[in-house]
Formats: sequence, C-alpha cells, structure tokens
Amino acid sequence: MKGIAVSTTVNGDAVEYVCHGRETLLDVLRNHLGLTGAKEGCGTGDCGACSVTLDGELVCSCLVLGAEVEGRTVETIEGMADGDKLHPLQKRFLDGAALQCGICTPGFLIAAKALLDRNNNPSESEIRYALAGNLCRCTGYDKIVRAVSAAAGDMRRQQKAQARRRATR
Amino acid sequence: MGWSDMRYESPKSTREAVALMAGAKGNAFLLAGGTDLLVRMRGEFIDPDLVVDIKRIPGFQEITRNASGFSIGAGVPCAKLGRNKTLVRAWPGVVEAAQLIGSDQIQGRCTIAGNLCNASPAADSVPALVAAKAKAVIVGPGGTRRTAVENIVTGPGKTSLGKGEIVKAIVLPDRPAKSGDAYLRFIPRSEMDIAVCSAGVSLTLGTGNVVKQARVALGAVAPTVVLVPEAARAIVGTRLDDAALKKLAAACEAACSPIDDKRGTVEYRTEVAGVLARRAATIAFERARRKR
Repeated sequence: MKGIAVSTTVNGDAVEYVCHGRETLLDVLRNHLGLTGAKEGCGTGDCGACSVTLDGELVCSCLVLGAEVEGRTVETIEGMADGDKLHPLQKRFLDGAALQCGICTPGFLIAAKALLDRNNNPSESEIRYALAGNLCRCTGYDKIVRAVSAAAGDMRRQQKAQARRRATR
Repeated sequence: MGWSDMRYESPKSTREAVALMAGAKGNAFLLAGGTDLLVRMRGEFIDPDLVVDIKRIPGFQEITRNASGFSIGAGVPCAKLGRNKTLVRAWPGVVEAAQLIGSDQIQGRCTIAGNLCNASPAADSVPALVAAKAKAVIVGPGGTRRTAVENIVTGPGKTSLGKGEIVKAIVLPDRPAKSGDAYLRFIPRSEMDIAVCSAGVSLTLGTGNVVKQARVALGAVAPTVVLVPEAARAIVGTRLDDAALKKLAAACEAACSPIDDKRGTVEYRTEVAGVLARRAATIAFERARRKR
C-alpha cells in the first residue's frame, strides 16, 4: 500500500510528509521531520515525554496518528524559543536546575506552557495537577514546580510591562 | 504486522463512515480520541486492517444544546466539556467524571463516546452518564437509532453495537432546575489511575427539598456499569436523612459482584461502593438544593 500524503503546519511552518497508517505523530516528528525534541518514553500516553499541542490542545504525540494531522496545527518544543531568546519557562528550568537527564524536559515545558497559557497565576497544587501526565525520574518534581511558578511570575511581569507600554504610547 | 498494512480513512460524512465500517473485511476499528485504540495497537492486542477516524465528520466535534438537552459529538475531547460553562452548570457530575480520565494530555483527546464504547467496567464517565439517563445516538446501515447508554456495554470490552454501527453523539436530557449530579471514584493515589470502584448519582428535588427522582449507578463492581434502582428508591421521598443514606448504601452493596484482585478485594470494593454512593448522593443533593 502506498503512503499517506499529509500537509500540515508545524511551529508555524507549512510541512508536507508521507507516512504509513500506523505511524504516530511522534514517529513523523522524529523520523520524517527531524524534530527530535519530543521524546518517546512509554509510547502509551503515560509519561508525557512526547507532549505537543495539536490545534492548541495538549496531547501525547505517541497517541496521535501521523495521518490525523492533515490541515491541523502542531506546536513542538522546537517552536518554543523566539530565535535565540528562550521562553521564560526554558530560562527558569535552566536557572533552577529543574532537570537532570533532560529526557522529560521538552514534555514538561510544553505541558507547563499549556497551563500558563490559560492560567497565568497557578497555585502549587494547580501546577502539580497540570503536570501529573509528565513523569520525571530524576528531579523529584520540586524544582520543576518551582521553575514553573517562577516563570509564571516572569510572564505576569512581562504582560504588565507590555500593558504599561501600550498605555503610554 | 508491517508498517504499511493498515488503511487509514477519515470520512467526511456519517454515510461514508458507516459504509466503510459495514463493508470492512478484516479488523476495522473506529478512531475518536485514540487514547485506548493506539495503546491497544501499540501493545499488539489488536491488529487493525482499517482505522476509520470519525473526527472529520461535520458535527462530531461539537457540543450543541437544544430544547431536549445537550448533544456531545463523539469526537469531542473531554477537555472541551470542562470549558463549556453551560454544560458544567447543568451536568457537573458528568463533567467531573469525564475529567477524571487520565492526564491533561489524555483529556486533550479522550472522548466520552470512546470511553463508553471501549467498554471497560471501570470507565469513569459511564456511571455518571447512566445516572444522568444519557442516550447514545447511533448511526448504522439501518439508519439512526437512540438507546440508553446502559444498553451499549454488554461485558468487558464488548458492546451491543452491530457491524457498521457508530455512536454519533451522547445526549444528556434536559432536567428540572432543582437537580444535581455527582461522581466519585476510589483510587489508591491522588491522580492518574483506574477506578477500584465508583458511583454516579443524579437526582431532582421537589417541594421542601424532598428527593423526587433519582438514579444511582456503580462502576468497577460488576462486568458492566450497573444501574441500581433499589438504591434510587431508598432515597426518593426523603430529604436524604441518615436512614435513607444507610438504605442507599445497603442497596448498592447488594448490587455489587466485583472481581477480587490486588487493587481491591470483593469485600473492600463492595463496602467502598456503598460509601461512595452515599457521598455522591450527598454532593448531588447539595448541588440541587443550591439551585433555584
């Protein structure tokens, strides 16, 4: 059987690929598009290392077929920084040593961003619930939770500063 | 099992989807959120020849409301139920049950129609849907039919759906203003687990906050979710006093025939099912009482 031709948008770029029916979005990202930020941990939706957003919805890319993504919008860890400028979450993860081996980090960053995009001032408990689908076997989670909380503060300050600039313009 | 031996289709109409499923030779599966299907494929529990993705069919990704209630398309991810304020206000128990399924990542994909058709006795949304008197809208080679949600699952992993039949939507009926529902499950941890046992209760209050109508359903204590009319009868006509709640718990315990495994013994599941039903009834009652 011939492959399935898919046209979609990944991190704002129009992308085309041919995949087989069984290939997941994670397979496509890593093996066809060279985007190896999303990791395969479990392959069954338990660990969150392959987290991406699909039309703005946080999902495990290992539980999405590559063929399903036709005409949709995918955001991966590769699209998180603005050129050389790291996202506040990425900066806080580095500054706060919220990672050790790093395998889970892209998934945590994507899931944390999905949380902060809808709640810019989450409580510790809200952060822990929102990241319950991401497993880390190194850090014990505390540094991750603190980094997300600190990044939320940074983003609120940025938003305030932007609002002030708009008001004085 | 090779990479290229599975056909993927994403039909644009129910007619096309029904024809694909009805005409399929070999193993054909419907794909909604994929959070069960892809896991089963990956574990080689199933080996599909055809996967029919229903999410591109118009209306399958929508929640609509009309005079007879809410209709939740079979492709609507549970995350969207939680963002629909009218639905949350009308059916808080159904929404809280649906939102207990998996992590935020799973919520972004999983659907209540899929949760139903996967036919697990421990499916979180199903006791709440049965208590809510929800109906499944089914399209198939013979046209469209509606049936009560409790008629769909016949045993673990088994449904009453015929070849080519597809659950198109789950319909939650309209109900009187002073109504409430609730769902509780027991798991040995705080998140990300499968119910050891669970209870869904939906009730409507009459004058003087007397329970006028009630439905009680239990999960993970039998091969299918069980509706317990005796438990409902125990609280109808009462203000949910302690005696009524005791009778409700006893009726629930009597309806249990659970499995015995490392996650819970028969005795444990049976007793906890009664406790959860009591607590869920109390929450549903409070929710109804606060409404005008």
